Amino acid sequence: MSAITVPELRIVGFLCNWCSYGGADTAGVGRFQQPTDLRIIRVPCSGRIDPLFVLKSLVNGADGVLVSGCHPRDCHYSEGNFYARRRLEVLKRFLPILGIDERRFEYTWVSASEGQKWKNVVQTFTEHIHELGPAPRLDASLVKTAEALLTDAA
Amino acid sequence: MRIGVFVCHCGSNIAGTVDVERVALEARAFPDVAFASDTMYACSEPGQAAIIEAIREHRLDGVVVASCTPRMHEPTFRKTVERAGLNRYMFEMANIREHVSWIGKDTEANTRKAADLVRMAVAKLANDRTLTPKKFSINKRVLVIGGGVAGIQAALDCADGGLEVVLVEKTATIGGKMAKLDKTFPTVDCSSCILGPKMVDVAQHPNITLYASSEVADIGGYVGNFNVSVRKKATYVDWDACTGCGQCTEKCPSKKATDRFNEEIGTTTAINIPFPQAIPKKASIDPEFCIKLTKGKCGVCEKVCPTRAIRYDQQDEVVEEAVGAIIVATGYDLFDWTRYGEYGGGRYPDVITSLQYERLLSASGPTGGHVKRPSDGKEPETVVFVQCVGSRDKSVGRPYCSGFCCMYTAKQAILTKDHMPESQSYVFYMDIRAPGKMYDEFTRRAMEEYGTRYIRGRVAMIYPKGDKYVVRGADTLMGGQVEIEADLVVLAVGAEASEGAARLAEKLRISYDSYGFYMESHIKLRPVETNTAGVYLAGSCQGPKDIPASVAQGGAAASKVQNLFSKDQLESDPQISNVAIKRCIGCGKCIQTCPFGAIETVDFRGMTKASVIETVCQGCGICTSTCPQGAIQLQHFTDNQILAEVNALCQQSPFRNYE
Repeated sequence: MSAITVPELRIVGFLCNWCSYGGADTAGVGRFQQPTDLRIIRVPCSGRIDPLFVLKSLVNGADGVLVSGCHPRDCHYSEGNFYARRRLEVLKRFLPILGIDERRFEYTWVSASEGQKWKNVVQTFTEHIHELGPAPRLDASLVKTAEALLTDAA
Repeated sequence: MRIGVFVCHCGSNIAGTVDVERVALEARAFPDVAFASDTMYACSEPGQAAIIEAIREHRLDGVVVASCTPRMHEPTFRKTVERAGLNRYMFEMANIREHVSWIGKDTEANTRKAADLVRMAVAKLANDRTLTPKKFSINKRVLVIGGGVAGIQAALDCADGGLEVVLVEKTATIGGKMAKLDKTFPTVDCSSCILGPKMVDVAQHPNITLYASSEVADIGGYVGNFNVSVRKKATYVDWDACTGCGQCTEKCPSKKATDRFNEEIGTTTAINIPFPQAIPKKASIDPEFCIKLTKGKCGVCEKVCPTRAIRYDQQDEVVEEAVGAIIVATGYDLFDWTRYGEYGGGRYPDVITSLQYERLLSASGPTGGHVKRPSDGKEPETVVFVQCVGSRDKSVGRPYCSGFCCMYTAKQAILTKDHMPESQSYVFYMDIRAPGKMYDEFTRRAMEEYGTRYIRGRVAMIYPKGDKYVVRGADTLMGGQVEIEADLVVLAVGAEASEGAARLAEKLRISYDSYGFYMESHIKLRPVETNTAGVYLAGSCQGPKDIPASVAQGGAAASKVQNLFSKDQLESDPQISNVAIKRCIGCGKCIQTCPFGAIETVDFRGMTKASVIETVCQGCGICTSTCPQGAIQLQHFTDNQILAEVNALCQQSPFRNYE
């Protein structure tokens, strides 16, 4: 087993089935080597992505979230990515209000033929998240205190 | 729930960089997993049999296969679990090949990632519900877009099979690029002799409705029930009345109109029939050059027309057609060679494209088949062909090989010698690519029997010298520079995606590659299907193709349509939205956002509620992320299922100890 020099971070990817998931497949078929931090969740359309999914991921401890869909005007469901674009843009501005670094969330458009582009997107975003480092977590002692207080209250 | 996990080696494709046994071992510890094993080829016959056996033996309720992309084998494994008596939607796939083993070399990291993907699939499957498809009836008519040889073949094959066909062609005649060719390789058949009868068949076939000078304006609906609006462009001639007698074209005083059929070699009249064998053989007016339409004077054609077919005030007309399947055969465009400044960039009259040369060679062309230089009408003695103009050239954004240019250049070299026995042809080539049946023999004939001199190397520049042109290039076999004084230079231009291909793709909801060619569903196994059900591809719109390949693909697309229409009813995908009626507040936001109009309001005990029209819903889930109540849920991709995946991924310790 080779030792991992840089510890992996947790990056969640939400990809539409028709373009970006296909693009990630194309990158695989092309054997374009990529960092392993990203795990992909397949959804039918970027318009299916509820901003809640991104928030839940970040709140649950993901260090980064990447959303990718079909290029605008090239959606398999004709306009799903337009809805996605609006929702995700609003979300991006909303994240700092929740105390989440908005740089941990990115959305992009990659078509099924753009294997090379997908590789670059993954590479850049992963490097970017590594620069930011692991998402801040609650201090373990604080959690313990809180738990103790809750038990006392109960 | 009892879930079975099968981790595929895919030979060494996955097992090479993922410790599959360990992934299976890990999977046994995941919640709900009752069985986990690894398997050499899960998709093979013994692999599938093992899955079925495990389902029976371990009384499994659902199956996760960790192997390749679900875009490849999800249908395969769904059938497998169905054969074992499970509902086909109680199945999930983890993509550990394209997304893991093929993109990372680190076995430790890959194994961990693969285990994570399996964990996510298991978590999703634990929330899966059985789904049952609904049936809906289909309209057995087919739309063919594009009347080139691929579209003609597709239309005829469908029509001969008893289907009603609507053929839409944007120019005034069908025939496409093939109709412009003089001869075809490698048989040196006369092009119009083999295409002409097919064009006539289209015109006479009772099952084919032909709309020439028309474009697809809009497409709605879904497989089995598409609604298409076709815009018939104004031709300023009533085609029902026009008999194609040609009296108008004889008398038309405006003779400077662009002759598009002859590739702008020479001019034509403002009212014209593209060529004598045109189908439909109807006249149309070029409004740019018509004196009546531009200046309000003239009106000669109206006076001479024996059937009174001229309509100067004609407008575009939109007709609606309902079809069940669509074959796209929109073909290609030739590369615009004027982008090559070193070849004159369109400034030299005697540096022409291969298709222009084809018109010069053609007996029905503007010169009656006599090769004449466009500048002075003289017969050329030395003809130089330059290959790969707009092919295999990254600098102009066309790094791909157009495939047919080597062959048509060899054909044109042979025809040049046939037309002018005293002439000498030279071909500058990069490589000869002649892989088709009888192709290599054909190019050799051009060299050996017809004495065409092939020079391996790229042309650096072309410049005029007196009334000749100097073609200067490298001869990489001899290792030196060559200069040839040519009377005529023919550029073997490559193919590119046709103009407007992207706009049509958006209407059809199909994808296209970075060059604009339409993408097939699977490059090897589904070459004429697209990812949109009921939309098929034929000919060069998918990538440059020669005539045999286009005809073969046209026929293949037609047979796919016949296959689709062999049933009277289709099964709809049950992965569609569903409204929880108690949670629905009837706000109507889902109705506003649905791109397919698949949601309607219903009255439920005096309250307004949303309801999904099951056969119309395409399963995108835009409504689900719109609904403020979470009342409308896309089945198989519900909020709970996706969040289960998120939880499975985020809530586990990122560094598990495998020992």
